[in-house]
Amino acid sequence: MIHPIPPGTRDVLPDEMRELRALTETLRARFEAEGYGEISTPTMEYEEVLRRGDERVAGAGYRLFDEHGQVLVLRSDMTIPIARVVASRYDHVEPPYRLCYFGNSYREVSRGSGQAREFLQTGIELIGLPEPQGDAEVAALVIEALSDAGLKRHRLGLGDGSLYRTLLAELEVAEDERMPLLEALSRRDLVEVGTRVERLGLASSASDLLTTLPTLRGGPEVLELGRHEPVSPAVENLRACHELLAERGVADRVIFDLGLVRDLGYYTGAVFEVYDPAVGFALGGGGRYDDLVGSFGRDLPACGMTLDVQRVHVALTAEEREGAA
Amino acid sequence: VNAAANGLKIAVPRGALFEETLDLLDTLGIDTAEVRSNDRKLVFPEAGLVTMRPSDVPTYVEHGAADIGITGKDVLLEQVRREVYELLDLGYGLCRMIVAEREGSNAMAESLRRLGAVRVATKYPRIAAAHFADTGRQAEIVEVKGSVEIAPLTGLVDGIVDLTATGTTLSENHLVELEEICECTARLIANPVAHKLKAAEIDDLIERIREAVAP
Repeated sequence: MIHPIPPGTRDVLPDEMRELRALTETLRARFEAEGYGEISTPTMEYEEVLRRGDERVAGAGYRLFDEHGQVLVLRSDMTIPIARVVASRYDHVEPPYRLCYFGNSYREVSRGSGQAREFLQTGIELIGLPEPQGDAEVAALVIEALSDAGLKRHRLGLGDGSLYRTLLAELEVAEDERMPLLEALSRRDLVEVGTRVERLGLASSASDLLTTLPTLRGGPEVLELGRHEPVSPAVENLRACHELLAERGVADRVIFDLGLVRDLGYYTGAVFEVYDPAVGFALGGGGRYDDLVGSFGRDLPACGMTLDVQRVHVALTAEEREGAA
Repeated sequence: VNAAANGLKIAVPRGALFEETLDLLDTLGIDTAEVRSNDRKLVFPEAGLVTMRPSDVPTYVEHGAADIGITGKDVLLEQVRREVYELLDLGYGLCRMIVAEREGSNAMAESLRRLGAVRVATKYPRIAAAHFADTGRQAEIVEVKGSVEIAPLTGLVDGIVDLTATGTTLSENHLVELEEICECTARLIANPVAHKLKAAEIDDLIERIREAVAP
C-alpha cells in the first residue's frame, strides 16, 4: 500500500541518512573550527517580517494562516531570517558575526521538473566584514569545507551582481531598457541580450562591451579583459579577492565570471556559485548583501553562501564512483 | 575521441531541424555519417552526439546529461523556466508561431463577442496562454499532442496556435492565419555548469559555428 507524499519532498531512509549525516558533520566541523557558530531559526515566519528583507523571496513558496489570521510563510532561504536575528538579538556583541546553519528550506517548483520542494540547506554568513576580506573568507571557507567532505573537482564561480546594472547606468542606457536587459541576462538568454543591445544603437565599443561582458569567464586574465572604466570598482574588488584567495591557496579553484547573476534581489556586490562536473546544477551560491541587515534596522555589511546538501551528496557519490573506477 | 566536438556532449534534435543540424555539425568536422545511416540508434559516443525529440533537448541540457544542444526557439519559449544558456541564433529552421481558424468561419471573433472567451487548441499551451493574456482576450487553452489542424475541423475548438513553415498544412486543412505571434529559428543552448567548467571548449565551438552560419 503506497500512501503518497507531495512531489518534490522525500523520505530519507537509514543508509542515505547515515551518509548525509557524515557529510553535514564534516562541513559543520570545518565551519565551527573557523569560528562559525551554528544557528537555528523557525521554519515558518511572519510574511511581513521576511518581506522587509526581500519582496520576492518572502512572497514565494508556501503561506498559511495562524489562529489569529496572521500570514506565515515557510522560509525559502536562511539568509533573510539570519539578517533578522542579527538585527534583533546581537546588539550587545561587537561585529563581525560568523554563523553557520543546517536546515530545510522550501520553494515552489514546476510540475515534472524533478526539483525539490523541500531541500536541506547548509551555509555560512559573515556579517560585519566588508569587501574584499569578507568575500574572500566566505569563498575560501566553502571551497575548503567541500574539499574536507571529499570533493576533488569542485570550482567556485566569482562575479559581481551589480556589474551589469552599473554598466547600463554608466553607458546611459535608457531607464526602461535596463530592466528587460537584466531580465534577459538572468534568464541566461544571451541571444535576447544581443538583439536588445543592437537595438539600442550605441557606439560599437559600448555595444561590444554589453554583449561580451556576460561571456567573460575563466582565470584571473578575465579581470584584465574586464578592466573598463565604468566597471572598474567591481573588477578591482574581484582582483583584491583573487589576491586574498591566492594567499589562502585556493585561487586555482576559482572561475572569475563577469556574467554571473544570481536571481535573488538583495545582492549588492560579489556573487558566488559552486560547481562540480558531476552535477548539472550549481551546488549552491551566495554573495554580498550589504543592505539586507540594514533593512531590518542595523547597518552592517554582510556576505554569505549556501549549499544544497543533497546536490553535494550526489557530487560525492559520483566522485567515489570515479575514484573507484 | 570526438575532438571536433571539443569533447562536448551535444544534444541533436530529430525532426524538422535534424538535416540542417547534421549539415552544420559536418561543417564543424563532426562525423555524422553514422547518425545519417542509422535512424534507430540514438546515442553516438564517438561523435559526442545524442539524438532526441526537439522538446527533450532542454531537459537533457538543463540536467547536464548533454553539455550543449540545438533546439527550436518555439521549444524554449514553451519551456521558459528551464535553466539553460541560450547562446546563439543559428538562423536556420525559420518558422512562425501563428493563430489560425477555419477559413470563412470567423469562429474566434464570434466566440469572443458572444461567449466571452475563445477555445484554442495547441501543442504550445504556455505560448498560447501568454499570447491571449498579453492581447487582453480570455482563452480556454486545449492541449493536444498530435495534428492540431484537425481540432477546429471537428468542432473541438474555435482556432489553433501552431508553428508553420510554409503554410501548406494550414491551407490543406482550410485554415487561415489570423495573427503571427513570433518567428522561431534554431538555437544553441548550454548547461549552466558546463558553460563555466568547459568555457574554452564551448567558446571555441561557438566561434566555429559563428563562422559556419555567417551570412
